[in-house]
This record gives sequence, C-alpha cells and structure tokens, in this order.
Amino acid sequence: MSMDRRTTLKWMFTAMATVPSLGLGSVVSENPTRGIAPNQAGYGTDPDLVKEWKPGGPWPLTLGESDRAVVSALCDLIIPADEKSPAASAVGVVDFIDEWISAPYPQQRADRELILKGLPWLNAESFRRFKKTFDLASDAQRAAIADDICSVAKAKPDFEAVAKFFAKFRDLTAGGFYTTPVGMKDIGYTGNVPLERFDGPPLEVLKRAGLA
Amino acid sequence: MGHISSGDADKNAYDVIVVGSGAGGGQTAYTLAMEGAKVLMLEAGRRYEPASETPMMQTNDQAPLRGASTPEKPFGFWDATIDGGWQVPGEPYTSASDDPARQFQWWRARMLGGRTNHWGRISLRNGPYDFKPRTRDGLGFDWPMDYGDLAPYYDKVEMLIGVYGGEDDLENTPRSSPGVLMPAPKPRVSDLLVQHRARKLGIPVIPMHRAVMTTRLDHQRIPKLLHPGNTRAQAILAADMQKRSACIWATPCGRGCSIRANYQSTTVHLPPALDTGNLDIVTDAMVRAVTKRADGKAEGVIYIDRKTGAEHRVKARVVVLAASALESVRILLNSGVANASGKVGKYIMDTVGAGFGGQIPLLENLPLHNEDGADFGHMYIPWWLYKEQLAGKLGFARGYHFEFGGGRLMPNMGTASGLEWLNGGTYGRKFKEDARRYYGSFVYFSGRGEMIPNEDCFAELDPSVKDKFGIPVLRFHWKWSSHEIGQAAHVEKTAAEIIEAMGGRYARPPQSGEKGIKQGGVIIHEVGGAIMGTDPKSSVTNSYGQCWDMKNLFITDGATLCSNADKNPTLTIMALAWRASDHMLGLMKRKEL
Repeated sequence: MSMDRRTTLKWMFTAMATVPSLGLGSVVSENPTRGIAPNQAGYGTDPDLVKEWKPGGPWPLTLGESDRAVVSALCDLIIPADEKSPAASAVGVVDFIDEWISAPYPQQRADRELILKGLPWLNAESFRRFKKTFDLASDAQRAAIADDICSVAKAKPDFEAVAKFFAKFRDLTAGGFYTTPVGMKDIGYTGNVPLERFDGPPLEVLKRAGLA
Repeated sequence: MGHISSGDADKNAYDVIVVGSGAGGGQTAYTLAMEGAKVLMLEAGRRYEPASETPMMQTNDQAPLRGASTPEKPFGFWDATIDGGWQVPGEPYTSASDDPARQFQWWRARMLGGRTNHWGRISLRNGPYDFKPRTRDGLGFDWPMDYGDLAPYYDKVEMLIGVYGGEDDLENTPRSSPGVLMPAPKPRVSDLLVQHRARKLGIPVIPMHRAVMTTRLDHQRIPKLLHPGNTRAQAILAADMQKRSACIWATPCGRGCSIRANYQSTTVHLPPALDTGNLDIVTDAMVRAVTKRADGKAEGVIYIDRKTGAEHRVKARVVVLAASALESVRILLNSGVANASGKVGKYIMDTVGAGFGGQIPLLENLPLHNEDGADFGHMYIPWWLYKEQLAGKLGFARGYHFEFGGGRLMPNMGTASGLEWLNGGTYGRKFKEDARRYYGSFVYFSGRGEMIPNEDCFAELDPSVKDKFGIPVLRFHWKWSSHEIGQAAHVEKTAAEIIEAMGGRYARPPQSGEKGIKQGGVIIHEVGGAIMGTDPKSSVTNSYGQCWDMKNLFITDGATLCSNADKNPTLTIMALAWRASDHMLGLMKRKEL
C-alpha cells in the first residue's frame, strides 16, 4: 500500500468518525494530501491540430493511485464489459478522467471540485457499509451504493449532493468511452469514412420511422 | 504568383489595400486581382495553410478533453479557429453595462481567412423584402438597392464558391438562377420526419443552402460566366477549380477542409487571386488607422507588425476595410475619418439566437447507417409567417428561420450524457443499452432571426482602455427590443410544437424570450456600424460601400449592412463585396479614383 493510499484511508476514518451521514461538503476540506487545483497553462489558442494528443500531454495528470482505483471502479460500474464492448477502464477512460479534472479551464476546475469530493465519499460510504473501500467492494456492494445515488431526482436528501457528483461522473465516463473507437462502434457510429456519394437512409430505416 | 509574407510590405506598389482576409476581404481581393488591379492584403493574424493544418478525419479521442470546447478553443479542439474566440488575449473590449442582458460578446479570429475557415457555410440569400424592410413595416432602414441589384452577384458568388441547395422559390426566399447551385444532399431520416410532421403544422421544410460542394465545379462553364472577356482570369480559375474536390461525406466542416470541398477564403478566394501575381498578402499585420492625404482622400494605412511591434505605413490609390464589421468600425473611429454623419459605430446588429431540442422515440434504435452527410444542415425551415406578421398577429415584426439537425453524428462529450430525464438515471449494462437506444434520437432546432437596428446598440472608443498594441479598444452598448425578445419566445414555442408533432418529448417546457435569447454577439453575425444609405447625413457609405466623406475608402465587410435579415450574412457580404469591387474597378479605369 502506498503512502498516498494509507494517508487517504487515515483521512477517511477521521471523516467517518466526525461526519456520520457524510454529506459532501464536510469531507474533502479535511484532506491534507489531495491534489491542489492545477495552475498551469492550457494548450493555448493555436495548438497543433495534426499531431495526436494523449492524456498527460498538454498538462500533467494529478490523480493519486488510490483515487485512480476508485475512478476505475466507478467508471466500470457505469460502463462494465458486456457482449458488445469492454469496460470503460479497458479503453483509457481513467486516464481521460484524470486529464479532464487536471485541466486548467473553468469548467474542468469546477468538475474537479465535485469529483474530488465524490471519490472519498464513495470510499467512506463503502467502508461504513461494508468495511471495504469502494474499489475493493464487490459488484453487488458497489451497486447497492449506486442505487442510492444514480438519480438526482430520486435521491434522498442526504444523497442529493452525491447524486450530482454521480451524474457528472457518468457523463464524463460516457463521453470518455463513446469517443473511443471501441465506444463509437458499440453505440452505432458508422461514419467518418470517405464516401463517393451520400445515399441517405436505407428504405428499412424510413419504414421504421413511418416515412415509407 | 503573388507572395505571402509576414510583417513588411513592398511599399507604394499597389492600387488597392484590402484590410482583412475573410469573406469580404477575400472576395474583394479576388475580384480586383482577377481583373488586373494590384492588391495588398493585410491580415492581423498568422498565415494559415488548410492543406497541411486541417485535422481531417481525426476522432475526438485523439484530442485533449475529447475535443470539448474550452475558453482557448470555444468551438472545440478541432475547430479551425486560430487565436480567436469571444476573448482574444491582449485584445480586450469593454461593455458600458454590468448587466449581461445589455452586453455584447465580440468574436474575432486572428488567422488568414478569418472566420471563414470555421463558419457554418450556410449561404442564404436575402429576399426582396429584406432590402426594403422600412417600406414594408415602417421599422429600421431600407437599403439603397433592391434584390434585383444584388441577385446577379449572388449567382456569381454561388458559382464561384460552390453552394448546394434546392429549387424552391418561396415568399422572400428566392431561388438561384438555373445552373447555379449544386444538388442538395439527401435528407437524413430526422430531416424527413421533421418535414413530414412540420408540414401538418403548415411549416415548410426545404433543402438548406450551404457552401459545400456536392459535385465537382464545372470548370469549363463557370469561369467564362464569371470573367467574361478575361481569358487569363478564366484560365487561372479553371485550373484552380480542378484542384477542388467534392465533399467526401465525412469530417465536420468547422475544422476547415484540406481538400477544399467547402468555402473558406483560404481555399477558394486567395489561391486563384495569388496565381494572378496581382495579390500580395502580409500576415501578422494589425491595422491601426487609415491615413489621410492633404486633399482629404485616404492615403493608405498604418499597421503594426504583430511579432515585432514595428509600425509600418503603406499607400495605395484605394483603401478597402474588410476587417470584420466591428474591427472596421474601430479602425474608422481610431482614424477619425468618414464620420461626418456621426453614424460610425451606430446600429450594430447580431442575429437573434434561441433554440430548443427534444427526443424522438420514433428515431430510437433505428438500423445502423452512416449519417455524416455534408455535416449538419441538409434541410432547414425558412420563415413562413410573412402575412400573419405583416397583419400584426405575432407581436414581433421580423422573421427567423430554423436550422435543425439530428442523427448519429460523431460521438463527443455530449454523447449519452444527461439521459436522466429519459431513463431515470441508470448505470451498468442498462446504461449501455440506454446509450445505444437514445443515440441519434435527438433533434435540435436553432432559431436564427432578424434583429431590427436600434439606437441602443452601438460601439464607441473606450476612453481609457487600449490593447497590447496601444490601440484604443471598442466599448459596446446593447439592448434587445421587444421584437427580438418576442421572436425568441416564438422560436421555443414553435420548436416544441414540432417536437410534439413528431411524437417527441423535451426535458423542460419552452421558456420566455428574455430567458431564451442568446447574448448579443453569440451568434457571430455582427453587422452594421457603418451602414449604407442614400443620404450622407444618415449613413456612412453608398450602396457600393464607398464612404461618403472619403471617396477612395470602401468598406466591404458586414459593417455596411443596414438591416440584418434572418438569412446568415456571409453570402450577402460576399455578393456586396463583388459588386463594390466591380464599382471600384470601373472608377479606377475611368481615373475617378
């Protein structure tokens, strides 16, 4: 277990002792070790558009090992492997989420604040319920937590703030996953190939839509 | 061949200086150079080479943040814009009001070709009513010309740049002359569903007009029509037209197009103009002011080398401002010329922007097929309520059109996001099923409407703020009238009705016009500020963009537009620029300039 992880666990137990219901607001401010918001420049207003960019290229990644473990578990809870495609973590979504919350722009900084509150909450909640951090919990145990926070509209008042974190994380996971070649194939994107001509929708499509 | 250089120009060797390289500047330089005038073009931004710099076919996972927009790339990472956006570092502008509803957002791009590299390529003609709005309803200003004066130039521009569209000829929505347009792309299933259901509401849905080549250009026929009697220009244009490819039905137009299948100044206007040897371009040349001769005519311009800060002066017989409407206004104000009317900076307009989207169950889980097409905009809804409006039944005086779209387009950060209103919030295998089910089932309607010029919308020089070059900046005043607010409300309400007619649903009900209207400048159709007219006391230029007070100073960007029809202004700017350039050539030939 790395220092990073030990420190997180230590902080987590402290948080649990002092904040039994674990609203989001009270948790993260007590964490002395988690990443400070990135302060470096972005890719600028004239970036190279023909080179291939990778997470960690334009700005450093900032998530520690324990955070990455929770990110990986959570994005695979949202997008697990099924018969059509692999899980989110298998196609680089963890690196993508790290890139996103490490970016210097206002939207990403706001998302970082939310995500960095939500990740330790998940660990703390999982430990409270199952005596295991979220990444070590079973699929069923993770699902039990997810069921309480997967809907902003239906979440109980205690879970409302965490549900907003979950919704944001789900959007990031989906965007990260469905933009990959594997994700594009899964969701049914068949474009971005040069064609001699554009034929429009096949007859079967028009029939299904009641147009033929 | 002419040359492109950075910084220093060959002094005193030009007939015409053209400030700006976008739609207006590109068309002006093209027409002048093809017809033999010696032209110096000054561009504030850097040189740009679409052939080598365009990210054709890149997917979003190859971009930082999956291509999402950021303040440094407001239209996403792959967007063609360089050093541009609503904020440009070191080049501020100010607002007279702290109230966001009374602020104007000013988009600029600092690159060769300007915003033509990334624009939507929507190329709609103004109709007959749009030239005589005051005659029709008593508001705003009539143009000092009518549709018939500009129609031949619309034809010419469309043939030169390559525009697809339909044959419809509706009220105030004129068709092009036969043989001018390219065939419209086949509609997507969402287009056809919108058309089918909107028709039941009495709303027309017709092919969009966009500057995207659906076929090769007819290089044998068109050059003769565009440059009659000028065999050299015909040969140069014919050769260049053969280097442009038709659309390959992939990769979004906003990235620019390395195969030159759509219009951008850098791929259409500038290459043949450079081939004549009559055009030189200096990039990184930020024009500060027009200089004046002792006889009161324009002498030339002062520009600042963006890289070195050095100041340069160049002279010519004619100076043309096409720096984008408000940058041209700024140059005029900083020059203290052409403003005896006091109208420079007045009557700035944007397009009224509002929008509304929904989800259509009929479009869920359709058999997979490629829907890329010619990017967005295969069809659109032209304004259809002219009679009701004139009869005062709508409560707002001018119309709008709908740009709309749907389909399984290249996934981005919006894909499968925000589905909770539809599925109640899912995760796991169910979420993956939902993502597949809803992908491509959304349709979004963007209302793009006419704003009426008013006394509350103007730009002036800020008394104290200067940009990094030491040039005084613009301060904006802005206020929508009830006409624009009422129109924005009508946009959302009507879009909701169409969505309902498609059996669709929406996440929230339509909202008020005050809430729905976008901030001024957000649609990036800013025009006016040096309006044309028939009276030197109430306008800045005549119908040729020729300044009343300085006969050898012309304006060929959107600044001269004295109304801003719902039709996107770029095509009209190009048609006006061609017409103005023909006028300049005639005056120069007759030694009147």
